[in-house]
Amino acid sequence: MSSDDSVQRIERGAAFLDVRDLKVHFPTDDGLVKSVDGISFQLERGKTLGIVGESGSGKSVTSLSIMGLHKRGVAQISGQVFLDGQELVSSTPDEVRLLRGKRMAMIFQDPLSAMHPFYTVGQQIIEAYRVHNKVSKQVARKHAIEMLDRVGIPQPDKRVDAYPHQFSGGMRQRAMIAMALSCDPDLLIADEPTTALDVTVQAQILDLIRDLQREFNSAVIIITHDLGVVAELADDIQVMYAGRAIEYGTAEEIFESPQHPYTWGLLGSMPRIDRERTERLIPIKGTPPSLINVPKGCAFNPRCNYAHLNGGASETDRPELLDVGAGHKVACHLSPGERAKAWETDIKPKL
Amino acid sequence: MIVSAITFSIFYLVPRLAGATPETLATRYVGRAATEETVKLTAERLGFYDPIAVQYWNWAKGVVVGAEYDYGSGVESCPAPCLGYSFITKQPVWPELLDRIPVTLSLAAGASLLWLLAGVATGVLSALKRGSIFDRGAMIIALAGVSLPIFFTGLLSLAIFSYQLGWTLPGGSYTPFTENPVVWSQSLILPWITLAFLFSAQYARLTRAGMLETMNEDFIRTARAKGLPERTVVVRHGLRGALTPILTIFGLDVGLLLGGAVLTEKTFSLPGLGKYAVDGIVANDLPKILGVTLVAAVFIILANLVVDLLYAVIDPRVRNQ
Amino acid sequence: MTVSTEEIDPTAVPGVVEPAIGEELLSVNGLVKHFPIRKGLLQRQVGAVQAVDGLTFNVTRGETLSLVGESGCGKTTTGRLLTRLLEPTSGEIVFEGRNISHLSEGKMRPLRRDVQMIFQDPYGSLNPRHTVGKIVGAPYRLQKVQTEHGVKRAVQELLELVGLSPEHYNRYPHEFSGGQRQRIGIARTLALRPKLIVADEPVSALDVSIQAQVVNLLEDLQKEFDLTYVMIAHDLSVVRHVSDRVAVMYLGKIVELADRVSLYEKPMHPYTVALLSAVPVPDTKRKGNVQRIRLEGDVPSPINPPPACRFHTRCWKAQDICKTTEPPLLQLAPGHQAACHFPENQPGDKPVTPAASEAS
Ligand SMILES: Nc1ncnc2c1ncn2[C@@H]1O[C@H](COP(=O)(O)OP(=O)(O)OP(=O)(O)O)[C@@H](O)[C@H]1O
Ligand SMILES: Nc1ncnc2c1ncn2[C@@H]1O[C@H](COP(=O)(O)OP(=O)(O)OP(=O)(O)O)[C@@H](O)[C@H]1O
Ligand code: SF4
Ligand code: SF4
Ligand SMILES: [Mg+2]
Ligand SMILES: [Mg+2]
Repeated sequence: MSSDDSVQRIERGAAFLDVRDLKVHFPTDDGLVKSVDGISFQLERGKTLGIVGESGSGKSVTSLSIMGLHKRGVAQISGQVFLDGQELVSSTPDEVRLLRGKRMAMIFQDPLSAMHPFYTVGQQIIEAYRVHNKVSKQVARKHAIEMLDRVGIPQPDKRVDAYPHQFSGGMRQRAMIAMALSCDPDLLIADEPTTALDVTVQAQILDLIRDLQREFNSAVIIITHDLGVVAELADDIQVMYAGRAIEYGTAEEIFESPQHPYTWGLLGSMPRIDRERTERLIPIKGTPPSLINVPKGCAFNPRCNYAHLNGGASETDRPELLDVGAGHKVACHLSPGERAKAWETDIKPKL
Repeated sequence: MIVSAITFSIFYLVPRLAGATPETLATRYVGRAATEETVKLTAERLGFYDPIAVQYWNWAKGVVVGAEYDYGSGVESCPAPCLGYSFITKQPVWPELLDRIPVTLSLAAGASLLWLLAGVATGVLSALKRGSIFDRGAMIIALAGVSLPIFFTGLLSLAIFSYQLGWTLPGGSYTPFTENPVVWSQSLILPWITLAFLFSAQYARLTRAGMLETMNEDFIRTARAKGLPERTVVVRHGLRGALTPILTIFGLDVGLLLGGAVLTEKTFSLPGLGKYAVDGIVANDLPKILGVTLVAAVFIILANLVVDLLYAVIDPRVRNQ
Repeated sequence: MTVSTEEIDPTAVPGVVEPAIGEELLSVNGLVKHFPIRKGLLQRQVGAVQAVDGLTFNVTRGETLSLVGESGCGKTTTGRLLTRLLEPTSGEIVFEGRNISHLSEGKMRPLRRDVQMIFQDPYGSLNPRHTVGKIVGAPYRLQKVQTEHGVKRAVQELLELVGLSPEHYNRYPHEFSGGQRQRIGIARTLALRPKLIVADEPVSALDVSIQAQVVNLLEDLQKEFDLTYVMIAHDLSVVRHVSDRVAVMYLGKIVELADRVSLYEKPMHPYTVALLSAVPVPDTKRKGNVQRIRLEGDVPSPINPPPACRFHTRCWKAQDICKTTEPPLLQLAPGHQAACHFPENQPGDKPVTPAASEAS
């Protein structure tokens, strides 16, 4: 019985969203682009996961593959994605389509280009609602107005008939959120939802996402390269580099006791408004790697100041993402002693 | 206006350069047998000795308020849109044009409908199945369509369908729609198809390019993220976005065509505006040429206007500015 | 990648005798730029985008003055006015004692050597069909400058200066990463040894790790060549790192202008306060207990800005007077100007602007 149970559990996925060894590769003329190369994470309802990393590290590709938005044939996807027990990678496109918008929804970076310029905001929300709910246009329209009201758009009954270009950037992103939440999804993926917005409007949108998450108790994945934004919202953070997760932990762990040299670099290169002003920023040397010719061993080794401490392992063996205690995971060959030493002496004093 | 002025200058100056004098021009009206005296008199009366600007002014005035012509054998009045008298047939140009407009109109209407449907459908399918056999085949045919001249495809189709198989009426016959719609369409079906082939090829390529671009837009990703069925995504979101530039070109093409589908009409001997213009040019019949040019210009301006209005209907961003 | 600039011989670039640091290099008085909006066939003017509406400030030699503010507040327009890529509608720009507000293109040409602009988009501002050598060497050719060892040598030295390799001379922009392209842009800017560089969002398009490289580079170059920067940015953390003084703009006006420390520690204008409190801070301990000021709505349109204090539609301290009387930009503390009837963080707690005291 109990063994049966555990088998059942494994097949259904342990958490509400359970991503296992997800790989997304794109064959191109120049070679195979390994945009995402084996990442795993879990996320429960009501929790927020932040994914951070440099441009091109595979953040968006990860989220699009969860949503099933990659074209089959263009992308080679392997691994498993369980959403509330249902495996998505092996499901048919139509099965995944029926979940999109209903159980999982997504908002994008640029709310102007993400909305169809020829349809009113209302029409677009109504459309989203009516794909998954058999209701009349009038009912859907009422719902759309309600949603616009919910995301804080003034005079929603009038604004519902406006076109996206008549909205300001912040209002557009609100409308996008209204559209994404119109079917009350359990999983919301926000890919750089505030990058195109002003700071004061960004603050409004982040507040809104947080409030709505509490209200709907949905799981949220927030993708960004702004560490400040994830610090505001995320419970857990995954740091990505060259298509792989190199560190995973709670937000406190990542910000208070980061363990990976790349995370150190990220934190050190960022000017911080909440700390004493430093004389110099500490950039990560070098440039981001090519995803076609990922460096052998640890992908970060050409840029890493500690690679020489591992007797060549950094250049030959790819480090696995291993638990260093209480769910905090790191992919690095440094021994715990050396890591602690480097953190205490080199890094912490400078942050 | 400008167009007619330029046309006027060209067709006024070219014969002069080729050695024509006011007298030889006047000869056309009075006939070779006339005495030199009569010729000079006619030339004088018709204003052929006036400077070019004055001649143009008189012609333009005729268009607006009408004109009176004095051939010597009595004054003939030519009412408001007076485009002058043909040098050859000595008939007023305007009524002749009126006769021919329906022909060109029928030709343009049928052909444009055909090519829009065929071109856009092919383009969309090609874009969706990019790289497939269908796509490659369609694009090769499209390339052929764009590069094969109309008299080639036209004559070929005439030879096969009309003379060999006898399915359609041979060229040269035109029956007004109001008389007999069936014969009307029979007489036009070959020109329609020939013309549509040429244009739909171009439209297929345009649509394909537009669709490929639109289908990469962020809003398509949003539409998919909503869980819309692929067909809705393609038609409601993709095609709607890609159609705008196509409609613009469509409007302009129809406008151009209304000014006379020269080659098609010539090939199929359809008595339309294009053929009228060609006849005029061949005979160096200035009033005819000017008349067609004016009508064509009006059609093109109208088409532009319609396109602008359509644009506002299609694209709300234009409407609100 | 970062090359320490100390290694480079400063005499490599022909030196000019520089006046002392600390004197006024640029002064701007009542600068206005309105873009007319035209409509209809006759192109009748039906209104104007009041992109920049009365700026007054100085830039001292050797300092970095930053312009911050939200999208559309007129930062780029100001930058383009200072470099005279645009002609001001009114007001004056005085550079080294010379009024350049309405100089003709021909008279501006020699001045273009002294005033340069770095553009925001490291992709769009480089011609993809030209080699790096051609791009960086272009200013020499345009200004017909004689170089000691030929243009190629000079360009290679510049490339080294910004941390690129001289071998990059014959490569094309698309072969470079974003950070490297921004370096190419900077190298081009430095070619003629300008005195003033207006940098429009030089790092906004870059990743954090690369951003730090470019920020450090700009700082090194400033030390080395006594450059003066007018830096345009919207990232307040970056601005705090790079600037000596900061001007906060809102809808075409400067609402606060102060040295870095007092602006970040004692912001006076409510908009600055809101702006600072909106910056997401990468510190999980602050989560939940931040005293955030939530501004309502968005920035109004510069075509039809609110009267008097332009911020009153979103300001939580707004009173009636804010809607009728425009608060002037006044010095409220040493080196600290703000334009508000009811400023925050004042030395004395009572409002001190003349208009406000009249009202009370
Ligand atoms: N369809 C595709 N074909 C080939 N390569 C692709 C494709 N889509 C994405 N990639 C590559 O995959 C890599 C990861 O892209 P992704 O969009 O996930 O980056 P990201 O982490 O979201 O970066 P950013 O912060 O810039 O959004 C990139 O190098 C990108 O060029
Ligand atoms: N050439 C122009 N014609 C008309 N309006 C213009 C022109 N250039 C800028 N504007 C308008 O002037 C205002 C200020 O623009 P500006 O580019 O200076 O803003 P900005 O502060 O640089 O914003 P951002 O942070 O988005 O770059 C905007 O409303 C803009 O639309
Ligand atoms: S494995 Fe080696 S190269 Fe990679 S991060 Fe750790 S120390 Fe650096
Ligand atoms: S003047 Fe009034 S409205 Fe303007 S910022 Fe100050 S308090 Fe707010
Ligand atoms: Mg992305
Ligand atoms: Mg700008």
